[in-house]
Order: sequence, then C-alpha cells, then structure tokens
Amino acid sequence: MVAAMPDCQASVDDFVTKLRRRQVEGSQNTAKQTAELLRLVISNQRLPNVGQAAVLIDVVKTVGLRMIAANPIELAVGNIVRRILHIIREEDVSLTSPAVPGVSVESDDDESDTKSSYSAAAVAAANRSALRAPSLHNLLESIPDPVKAPEAPAASVADSESRSRSGDRNSVSWKLKHNVIEGISELLQDLENYHSQVAEQAIEHIHQNEVILTLGRSRSLLQFLLEAKKKRSFQVVIAEGAPKYQGHILSKELAEKGLQTTVITDSAIFAMISRVNMVIVGAHAVMANGGVLAPVGMHMVALAARRHAVPFVVLAGVHKLCPQYPHNPYTLLNDMKSPAEIVDFGELSDCLDVGTGGQSTYVVNPTFDYIPPELVSLFITDTGGHNPSYVYRLIAEYYSPEDYVLQ
Amino acid sequence: MDSRRRSVVIGPKVRQVGFVTPNADIPGDGSGMEKEVLNLTANSPTPVTIVPTRPVIEVPQKTEPVAVPSPSTRRPVDVEIPSAPAGSYNPADPVLEGSSLPSSKGGSTINEGYSVASEGAAESSPLGKPGTTTVGFSERVKHKASDPTIATVPAEGGVPGGKPVKGSKVSNQAIPALAGVDSKSSGAPPADGSKPLKERTSKAERRAKQEADRAAKQAAREGAAGTGAAGGDNSQPKNSKGKKDVVSEKKGAQAPERKGTDKSSEKEKKMEVPAPRLQFDDKERVAKAKRRSLVEQTETKNRVELFRHLPQFVYGTQLPSLEAKFFQDCATHPHPAVYKVGLQYLTGDIVGGNSRCVAMLMALRSMIMDYETPAEKTLVRDLVTRTNNHVNFLISCRPLSISMGNAIRFLKARIAKLDPTLPEVEAKANLVAQIDAFMQEKIVFADKEIIKHAVTKIRDGDVVLTHGYSSIVEMILVRAKEMGKKFRVVIIDSRPKLEGRRLLRSLLSKDIHCTYTHTNATSYIMQEVTRVFLGAASVLANGTVYSRVGTACVAMVAHAYGVPVMICCETYKFHERVQLDSITSNELGDPDALVKVAGWKESALVGWAENDQLQLLNLTYDATPADYVSMIITELGMVPPTSVPVILREYRKEPTL
Repeated sequence: MVAAMPDCQASVDDFVTKLRRRQVEGSQNTAKQTAELLRLVISNQRLPNVGQAAVLIDVVKTVGLRMIAANPIELAVGNIVRRILHIIREEDVSLTSPAVPGVSVESDDDESDTKSSYSAAAVAAANRSALRAPSLHNLLESIPDPVKAPEAPAASVADSESRSRSGDRNSVSWKLKHNVIEGISELLQDLENYHSQVAEQAIEHIHQNEVILTLGRSRSLLQFLLEAKKKRSFQVVIAEGAPKYQGHILSKELAEKGLQTTVITDSAIFAMISRVNMVIVGAHAVMANGGVLAPVGMHMVALAARRHAVPFVVLAGVHKLCPQYPHNPYTLLNDMKSPAEIVDFGELSDCLDVGTGGQSTYVVNPTFDYIPPELVSLFITDTGGHNPSYVYRLIAEYYSPEDYVLQ
Repeated sequence: MDSRRRSVVIGPKVRQVGFVTPNADIPGDGSGMEKEVLNLTANSPTPVTIVPTRPVIEVPQKTEPVAVPSPSTRRPVDVEIPSAPAGSYNPADPVLEGSSLPSSKGGSTINEGYSVASEGAAESSPLGKPGTTTVGFSERVKHKASDPTIATVPAEGGVPGGKPVKGSKVSNQAIPALAGVDSKSSGAPPADGSKPLKERTSKAERRAKQEADRAAKQAAREGAAGTGAAGGDNSQPKNSKGKKDVVSEKKGAQAPERKGTDKSSEKEKKMEVPAPRLQFDDKERVAKAKRRSLVEQTETKNRVELFRHLPQFVYGTQLPSLEAKFFQDCATHPHPAVYKVGLQYLTGDIVGGNSRCVAMLMALRSMIMDYETPAEKTLVRDLVTRTNNHVNFLISCRPLSISMGNAIRFLKARIAKLDPTLPEVEAKANLVAQIDAFMQEKIVFADKEIIKHAVTKIRDGDVVLTHGYSSIVEMILVRAKEMGKKFRVVIIDSRPKLEGRRLLRSLLSKDIHCTYTHTNATSYIMQEVTRVFLGAASVLANGTVYSRVGTACVAMVAHAYGVPVMICCETYKFHERVQLDSITSNELGDPDALVKVAGWKESALVGWAENDQLQLLNLTYDATPADYVSMIITELGMVPPTSVPVILREYRKEPTL
C-alpha cells in the first residue's frame, strides 16, 4: 500500500477524527467533504511513470478505508470512495485504449468518417466491457468489435505496456490525474445539485390538494415540496421525529413559504395516515437490495403506509446508493445515541438509587431504522424514479464490481 | 307537531325497548316515567338536551373559608375506592407531579372541605349499609333546612333555571322576578304536565323559543364583548327590558327540554344504536350547546380542517370562569364534589379511563347523597335531570371517555328503575349502594380477575413491551414480579404526555428491569420483545381498540414482527359503537403541549399560532384495527377481538346492568 503524501496527511487525519467524533453529519455533507479530501489527496500525489492508475487506486483505497473505519455507519463515505475509484478506473481505460494500436482516434482523423465512427464505437465498447459486468446490453453492443474487445480488459492491468508504447509519456501521466480530478469535480457538482435535480421531479408526483405525510426533516424533501408548491397547492402533515424533532423546523420552514402544514406527534402517525395520499421521506442510505436506512421511526411510517396502501416514496441522491447488502442492519448499520436525548440527566435519579438492587434501566436511542424493499414504493433519485428492485442495476452503473468490497 | 303526537301515542309500548327497563310496568306517574326513559335514550356522549325544570342545588355552606382552586393546585383527589388494590387508580399518585406547575396550597382547603363528605361516604360504602348512610343524610338534611337560601326559592313548579350559560347572569335578584311571572306564564307548564296542556301551548312555545333564541344570540354577542366580565353586569340590559324578556327567557329554557324529548322519541325505535355524538362542525347545534354550557370557552386558533367536528378550546380558558363561579349560589350550579372533579379533569390532574370514571362516580355519589327532592317533584324524575346537568358540566370540562359514558348510562338506568314509592332516604341509599357495587364489580374485581388471567401469559425470560401508562398493565407487571417471574419490561413512551415515565418510576421502585424509549424506536426494540401488553380506553363492537394515541403504532409494529398483542380491558369499557379510523371520533389535546420539548431550551415552534398556515395537532386517542390484536383480556376471560360483540350482547342482558 502507498501512503498518502505527507502534506495532505494532516487534513486526512483531521477529517477522520471529525468522522469518528460524529462531528460531520448528514450524508450530503459527508459525501462532499470526502470527495474534496480525496481530490486533494489525488492532486498532491506524485505519480510514477508506470502504473499510475494502480498507484492512485491504492492511495484512494488506503485513505478511504481509514475514513470508512472512522464512521462505518456513514455509508456515504464508502460510496464516494467507490465512486472515485470507479472514476479512476474509467479514466484510465479511456486514456489507455486509444493507445491500443488500430483503434486510436487521433491517428485516424484523416481517414473516412465511417472508419472513425467505427473506431469510436469500438473504444466505447471496450470501455464498457472493461468496466462493467457483462450484461445483455453490453453483449449486444460489443458484437461489432469482437476482436478488440477482449484486449481491452487487460489494458487497465497491463497499462504499463501500452503506456510505454505511447510517445508522450508526460502528457499521458498528467492527463490521467487531470481527468480524475475533473471527474471528482463533476461528482461534487452533482452532489451540489442533487437537491434541485430531485426537486425538479416534484411536479410529476405531487398533485393538487394532496395530503403528504413525512417524518423529520431532510433538505431534499424541503426543496422537493417547495418546488411542488410553485405549481400546486397541497397539505403537508409532519411527524415531529423524536428524538431530534426536526419536524418542527421543517414545519416552520414550509409554513413560512405558505404551505399548509400540520405537525403531529409521532404516535399519531397511524391515526393520520388513513387520510394521507402519499408519504415522502428522505433517506440516510439505500442498500443494494433496495432496502432503506432512514431516521428512526420510518419503519413505522412505512408499515402504516403499507397498511393503508399509501405510496411510500423515498428521496435519495445517487451518492446514497450503497453497494452493500444489509446484514442485520438494526445492529450493524445503526448508531446508538446518548440517552440524554430521551431522558434528561437526573430525571430518574430519585427512583434509580432507591430502586436498584442490581437492576439497571436501559434507555435506548437508536438513530436509524431499516425499511425492507417491499415497503418502498418508489425511489426518486437525481437520475429519475426507480423501483427498489432496480437499485442493484443503478449500483452497477456507478461502481466497479471490484470495489464492492474494499480491502 | 307530528312527532309530538306520535311520541304521546307510542309512549307506553316503546318504553320497553332496550336494556333500560326490563320491567316496563312502573307503577304510578306514567307521564313522568315516560319522560325519564326518553331522556335515557339521549344519554351520554351527546350533551343531553334537558334543562332542569327546577334546579335547586344548594351548596352546603361550609363555615370554614374555602380557597378558590387555581390551575396550579395539583393536589390529588381524595377519591377512594373501597378496598382498592394497591391504590392503583388512585390519582393521588404523586408521580405525575414531576412535570407539573408549581403547586400552591391554595386548593387544598377545598379538598379537605369535601373530603370529609366523601370519606364519610366511603365508610358506608360496602353494599347496603343503609344505617350509616342515613345518619349522614339526616345530618345533611338538617344542615340544609337551616340554609336560608332555600326559602328564597319558590317551591312552585316551573321555575326554569334558564340556560346554564346565563345561570350566572340571571343571578339571585332575578329569581323573585321569575317567581312572580311564573304563575302567569302560559308557556311554562309544570314539567309533569298532562298531554292536552302540552298541545295547547305548543304554538306559544315555539314563538317563545324563537324569542329565546334571539335573546340568546344577543346575550352571546354581549358575552363576546366582555368575556372576562363576571356575572352580574351582563344581565343588566336584559333585566331593564322588564318582565316580557324574563318570560321569554324562561320559556326558552323550557323549550329545549320539550324538544329533547321529541327527538328522543323518534330515536326510540333504534335504541340499540348508540346516540350520535355532537359534531362540532355543525354550527347550529354547537351554538345551541354553547348557550347551555356553564363554561366559557374560546376556540383554538389554527384548527386542523380534518378535525373540525371535534371540540377544541384554548387550554385553560375555561378555568378562570369556572373558578369565579365556584361559590356562586346559582340554581343550576353543579354540586361541589362534581365541580371539583370537573376542574381536575380540566387541569389534567385526573387522567386515565379508570380513575376518571371512579372520580366521576364518587362525585355523583356525593351529589346523590346530598340530594333532596324538591317539593312536588318525584325523585326519579328530578334526579335524572340533575344527573344530566352534572354530566353536561363534566363534558364541558373534558369530553367524556367511553367508560364514563357507560357508567353514566348505568347510573341513569338505576335511577329510572327506582321504585317511586320508596322513601327518599332509602332510594338514595339504594343508589349509593348501586354505585359502590358498580365500582367494586366492574372495576376493582374486574381488574383482579384480569390480572389473574394476564399473569399466566408472562413466562420466565419474557420481554414485555407496553406503551404509556395503563393502571391495569402496571398491576399485571407488579403482580407477575411478586409471583417471582423473571421478565423484563420495555416501556414505549410518547410525547407530549410522557405517561410512560410514571410507569417507569413505579416499576423501578418494584425492582423490575426496564428499558425505556420513545415511539419511534418501537421497530428497533420490537425485535427482542416477546409479549405486548396494552391498556385500552374502550373496545368497540367491531373489535377496534380505542386507546391512547400510539397504541395503534405499537400494535402494528408488533404485528409486523409477529409478537402477540394483548389488550387488557374491563368489560364495562366495551361499547356498541363501531369505528374504522381515529379521525371520526377522537379528542383533541392542547396543541401548545407540542411546542415544548422536554429538556430543550428552545423550540422551533414557539409562536406557531402567528402563522395561520401552521397547525399543531395533538390527538389523544387512536383506533387499533382488530387484526393487530391477538387477544383481549377481560374479567370474563381471554377473548379474540371478534368476540367483543358477543360479550356486549351477553353483558347487556345481565341483570346488573
């Protein structure tokens, strides 16, 4: 393993500490900071002449593993690390494949149009087959170039060979880094815009006079509702969302924007859901099977929605897609917060020291609920609406299979 | 007109319908009895439309100074159930006080003043010890005889109390005027007046009613102008108008009564069906009810549209007017014991289905003990009216729970069934004994039986989950612990009442291992739970469990995880009504209770009422569908929810009810 360069070591350490102390919260925020940090690491990394991609991948993995270990619950960190690894692999392939003899686009520019377009298609096909698991889609597309395609997968591994053949080494080595950093910047841009991209679809889902129920607060949800408010008038019922009670804040924000808002207690969810047309909630993470990790209490909402056949819609950015499958999510993907959020310190002190004969009281304060995919009606992501059953395919689009398990 | 005639015709036959009067041939005073039975049909949850014909409740004048109760007095009631186990309903449990306002000693004198009476009653409570009770009564009777106020009230029939709203306004100086007019007024026949008289006066009556309505509207306007103003000054303009106005007012008071009987006669045929509740989005009827009510209430701002049909008043606005009226010696004034209980409902000092019901029965009991039949009245008739008045007062403090409705229905049936030839003292002793028996059998013994059943469902190693605070669940858990069972308890709590803390404290003091968390974590904690025990406010005929809000959520999650849900409920809380959701019938709590988060310094919702787009909804109950319930544990045994109608059917046949 290659360690990160010493000058960015400090900022990595700093971020890891913050993660460990849970000082960075919210998946979008975490994802952004992770991407920025990795961009810094990559740009500071001195690259050898050969095996640049491998070195970059190594460095990103090393830093990434540290960050993941610092807060294994914040799946967005792992997701961003995987996304960046995927960017590196993709850039690497697209840089090296032109070097493969006979497919170079630049060398063919004075030849006929058909030839160049053919070769471009070949490059694309090579890229795809190199990076993605074989699928029906890929199989059909790679038919026109049966000879070149098999060569391509070897490219990323044996890139040193092809690199040595290419004339201008420096330009290529510079190009890889530059392209990767550009890719990360694009990713950051996506993260920045995902709220508005999700919100753009609001009008398709929220109808006039609908009653929408939600729990707690999420920024994408706020923007989603406000976007719909521009065209439609509807009502929102907000469960306050113990123990953070962010529903209070959301209700205030929405009411200030002129949206008819009703705050209910969490326990009244079942009572109210019979009059609700749609449940729209934000998520913490979306697992590979289409299950959702969401703020605590959401499972109850999902069950109540299912009982009354109310659509349960989850807003999620692509950065929340996690290629892992949930195994015992209530324990392994959950965070236990301080009991002080539920019971004040000293609240029970009088009866605790009287009553305890070795008996203790537990005050449980979990952070997340896991919602199985069968309770979710729809995901609305920045790339459109998807079924829970389609999530695995989305994941294949954004991550490389070799990164699913990082080690 | 038509309906009136019909009511007269079908009178005796229809009287037999329903469970109220199994033996229809009640000797003597036919018309009077008819009225009673009819009144019964319009009983409980709907505010009864009967106004007392001659309300003469004398507040026994205590010599000792009595302080006005303030909202801050959180002194628990002295209500005692004879031989209640472990005092579990006893609202005297100081646990709740943790969150309470700073308590002052102000109200304690009141409690002391009347606890004497209630304790005296409690002594005599074991069924049928008329001897002791009579002694108590005779004392009281003497006390009353010496009361000078009695002399000022004319004994002739037909002095109407006016509408209770104006009870304060038509104060003492108005009463002689009324009495003077009384004999002339054609529209005020003696309430037990014969049929022809009714028909003759009907036209005049209607006119009178119109006038009364107009007068009431005016009064309401005036009232709105000066809400805070106490009693007397508002009555000034009315009095200045002189006799005619007074007459009309009086007639108006009579009219609703007549109307009430008519309505009930129409309903008589479908007596089995519980009476429809007052829908608060029905403007006419609400206005009518408002006029009748003793309490001034202000509607909350920013009402949730979906819940327009339910009453919601600004928390505590009733209190000042009620306090001001505590010493009023007005004819319609409720009995002090009832008044006290009403205030306690209002301030939230008494909560929980059983404790509220017991407190109400105790209050009504002391009302009955202090009752004395006015001249030219029959006890049976007058007492039902009186009871209705008191119940209306309690409703204006807080809507009745279903258990209370059932208890009132029982009491009124008992009064109606009294033998009119019985001497007053015996009749009262009889009623008191009946009330005691009801509390004993339906609540105390029933709970013991339920505990016996439920404890068998707790095994060693169980993790029992419960929600909020239910007295019966608490007793079950304590009993199981006493039996040496090894189990632990998960308590789910919900805002804003956080009743679970009360249970947590009580269980901790019994050395039971507890886990405490909030509603949202139910899904998380349910994985380790093996049993769910829940209390209920009522079980409806379709098996729906009507209980404190959050019960449905807990039951749903338990159902999803395959954990058996057991509902513990006495059969007196069962009700014939059916309900599919929690919206059609519910109770709205104080929305401001949501604003403050326990342990937080600030809340985002402060000043919510300024934004009319923002509404807070604080539901009190919800309805759990029957399919989430594995079993309902009653004193009659453990039954599936589908058997609820069976129990209802059999139970209503029971001779005791």
